[in-house]
Amino acid sequence: MSERISLGRTDNRVTVAKTYKLYIGGAFPRSESGRSYPVTDAKGGFLANAAQGSRKDARDAVVAARKAFGGWSGATAYNRGQVLYRVAEVLEGRREQFTAEVGAAEGVAAKKAQALVDAAVDRLVWYAGWTDKVAAVLGAANPVAGPYFSFSVPEPTGVVAVLAPRQSSLLGLVSVIAPVIAVGNTAVVVASQDRPLPAVTLSEVLATSDVPGGVVNVLTGRTAEIAPWLASHADVNALDLTGAPEALRADLERSAAGTVKRVLRARAAEDFTREPDLSRMRAFLESKTVWHPVGV
Amino acid sequence: MWDYAPAPESRDIANLKPTYRMFVDGQFVEGGGEPLKTVNPGTEEVLAEVSTATTADVDKAVKAARRAYERAWGRMPGSERAKYIFRIARLVQERARELAVLESLDNGKPIRESRDVDIPTAAAHFFYHAGWADKLGYAGYGPDPKPLGVAGQVIPWNFPLLMAAWKIAPALACGNTVVLKPAETTPLTALVLAEIIQQADLPPGVVNILPGAGDVGAALVSHDDVDKVAFTGSTEVGKVIQRQLAGTGRRLTLELGGKAANIVFDDAPLDQAVEGIVNGIFFNQGHVCCAGSRLLVQESVAEELLEKLRARVSTLRVGDPLDKNTDVGAINSREQLAKIEELTASGEAEGAERWTSSCALPDKGFYFAPTVFSNVSQAMRIAREEIFGPVLSVLTFRTPDEAVAKANNTPYGLSAGIWTEKGSRILWAAQKMRAGVVWANTFNRFDPTAPFGGYQESGFGREGGRTGLEAYLDV
Repeated sequence: MSERISLGRTDNRVTVAKTYKLYIGGAFPRSESGRSYPVTDAKGGFLANAAQGSRKDARDAVVAARKAFGGWSGATAYNRGQVLYRVAEVLEGRREQFTAEVGAAEGVAAKKAQALVDAAVDRLVWYAGWTDKVAAVLGAANPVAGPYFSFSVPEPTGVVAVLAPRQSSLLGLVSVIAPVIAVGNTAVVVASQDRPLPAVTLSEVLATSDVPGGVVNVLTGRTAEIAPWLASHADVNALDLTGAPEALRADLERSAAGTVKRVLRARAAEDFTREPDLSRMRAFLESKTVWHPVGV
Repeated sequence: MWDYAPAPESRDIANLKPTYRMFVDGQFVEGGGEPLKTVNPGTEEVLAEVSTATTADVDKAVKAARRAYERAWGRMPGSERAKYIFRIARLVQERARELAVLESLDNGKPIRESRDVDIPTAAAHFFYHAGWADKLGYAGYGPDPKPLGVAGQVIPWNFPLLMAAWKIAPALACGNTVVLKPAETTPLTALVLAEIIQQADLPPGVVNILPGAGDVGAALVSHDDVDKVAFTGSTEVGKVIQRQLAGTGRRLTLELGGKAANIVFDDAPLDQAVEGIVNGIFFNQGHVCCAGSRLLVQESVAEELLEKLRARVSTLRVGDPLDKNTDVGAINSREQLAKIEELTASGEAEGAERWTSSCALPDKGFYFAPTVFSNVSQAMRIAREEIFGPVLSVLTFRTPDEAVAKANNTPYGLSAGIWTEKGSRILWAAQKMRAGVVWANTFNRFDPTAPFGGYQESGFGREGGRTGLEAYLDV
C-alpha cells in the first residue's frame, strides 16, 4: 500500500504528494500559524506533514460553523438525509484510497482496513436514514391537562466541538461526526492527533458531497493545544470528549462549564464496529416545547 | 377603580408548627447545624424554626439513600414503585389546602396561585410519573433502562413544593433514591411532603430532605456517593456545580436562569396580549426563571399596547399573600428585594423610562410595586440580567427578523412568548426561538406531560414528559 501514500514512486514515476491542510468553512487553508507536524504510520515511518492548527484556526472554524448553522439546521430533514447519503456515495467511490490511508494510519492489514472503510460508509447510510425520523421518535404531542395544543420537537443544540477518537481514524471519526450533523448541528472537529490523514481526506469527500461549507470543519494538530480553546469558546454549544486524552478531560469539562455547554463524556473503550444507538444524536439535541391555546 | 373587601384565607389551615426537623432515613431528626428561622415575607414575622444539616448529616442522608436504593427501591418492581408514587399524589391532593396556605405563608406568593397552580401541578407531577414507573421499557431508552442510583437535588424558593415534585417524582419513578435540599427561605412545604412520604409508607431512606443554606447544597452535590445531581437555581451557581462535577463522571442536569422575550406582533389581539404579558411577568411576583421579562413590541403598536398595559397593571392588587383577591404577593426575602431595587435603579441610571404602579403597599413585609421600563436598549442591564421580580423591560422592533434577532440576543434560552393572529408567523417564530419552551398566544403554562428546560446558559436536561425521564436513567 505504500505506493499511494503521499510520498513515494510507482514504476518509473514520482507520485504527486498531497499537502494535508485544514478544512474550514468549505476551504482548505494551511494553519494561519504556518506550522505543520510530521505524521507517521503505525511503525514510525514518515507519511506526510499535517497542518498544526492553532487557537486562531479553531476560532475561525467556530465562526464558520456558526455561520453555517442557520442554513443547515433550517434545511429539511429530507435534504440533510440526502446530503449524508451523498457523503456515503462519494466515500464508497474512494474506498481504495481510504483503505490505504486507514491501513497506514492504524497499522492494520488491507482486509481489516477495508472492513473499517466499509463500516464507515454503512454508518453514514445509517445516520442518513435517521434525519427525518428522529423528530418522530424523540418528539411528542403532549397531552396537557388544559385547552392547549402542546408539542415537543428535538432541535439541534448549535455548534458542537468534537474531539475525534484517537485510534479509529475513519470509522470512529465518521461515527462521531455523522450523528452531530444528521440532526442539524454544525461541527468543529479535532482529528486524531497521531492519525489525522484520513480525516483530511474525509474533508475532501465532504467538500464534494453537497455538505455546505462550514457544516463540518476539521482541524489537525495537537489536541491538548486546540481543545481548551474550543471548550471555553462562548460560541460553542456542546463538546464531545470522545477523543480527549484522560489527563485533559476534567479540565475541558471545567472550561465547558463557563458557558454551560452540553458535554458528551468519553466512554471506556468504545467499539465503533457495533451498530450505534440514539445516544450520540440525543446528546446534541435540545427539546423545544411549544404551546398554543385551543378554542374557537 | 374598585374597592375589594379583604378575603383572607385562614392561616390556621396551614397547621403551622413551631419547629420543623429534617427527614432522614424515614425519620424526622434534629440536624447538627444551626437552626434557621423561616420568615413570612408578607409580614416579616418568624414562622418556625427549622433544623439544618451539617456535612455529617448530608453523609448520613446519602448513606440512607444508598441503602434504600440497594435494598429496596432499586430492586422493587416498577409496578410496586408506581403505587407508592400514586399514594403520594393522592396525599398531596388530600392536603392541598393545607399545603397551599403553608406555601403562601412561607414563600409570599398569592394564595390564588399556590392553590390553583403550585399544589395541583405538584400532585399532577407525582400522578403522571407514577404511571411511568412500570412502563419505562416503552420510553424509548431500550427495553429495560436502569436507574442511576442516588440523586442529590437542590431546588429554589420560587415554587418550593412544585420544584420538589418536579425533582422527586421522576427520580422515584425511574428507580432512584433521593436526597433533596429545599431552599433556605422556603423549607416548610418540602418537610410536609416528607410527612406525606412517611404517611405513604415509602421504605425509609428512599426520600431524604435536608434543610439548610448553600453550604448544605454544596456538600450534597459534591458528595462522592451521589450518582446524579439535579439543580434548579441561578446560572451562576449552576456553573459552579458543573465545574465541581467535571471529571467525576457523575450525571448532571441544570435548570437555570432566563431572560425570556415576549414578542408582540402588530396583528396580535392586544387585549389578550396584555393579559399574557401581565401573567408572563407578574405571575409569582416575577420570581419565575421563565418569566417574560423582555417585552418586544412591534413599533407600530407599541404606544397603544403600553397604554393598555399600564392601565391593566394599575389594577393589580399587591399585598397580603393570603388574601384571595391578591394578584401580586410578597417578594420572597429582603435580599431578593434589595436585588430587584438595585437592578431597577440601574435601569433608571442607564436612561430607561420607569413607570411604577401607584398601588398601595403594606407597611410591613417585602413588597415591590409592579414596574414597567420603556425605552430600554439591549445593552442595558435590565435587558440582559435576570431581575427575578415584578419588573418588565420593554423594547421595540420593526420587522419579524429584528424581533427574532433581539429575542435570541441573550446567553439564556429558557422560554419565549409570541403574540400574533397569524398561524404561519407563530410557527415561523417558534422555530426561530432558541429557547426550550415557547408559548404562543399564552404564557407560563406548565404540565407534567410537557418537557421543560432550557437552551444555552439556561441549563441542560428536561423535566417532564418522556424526554424528562432521561435525566434519571442510565442511558
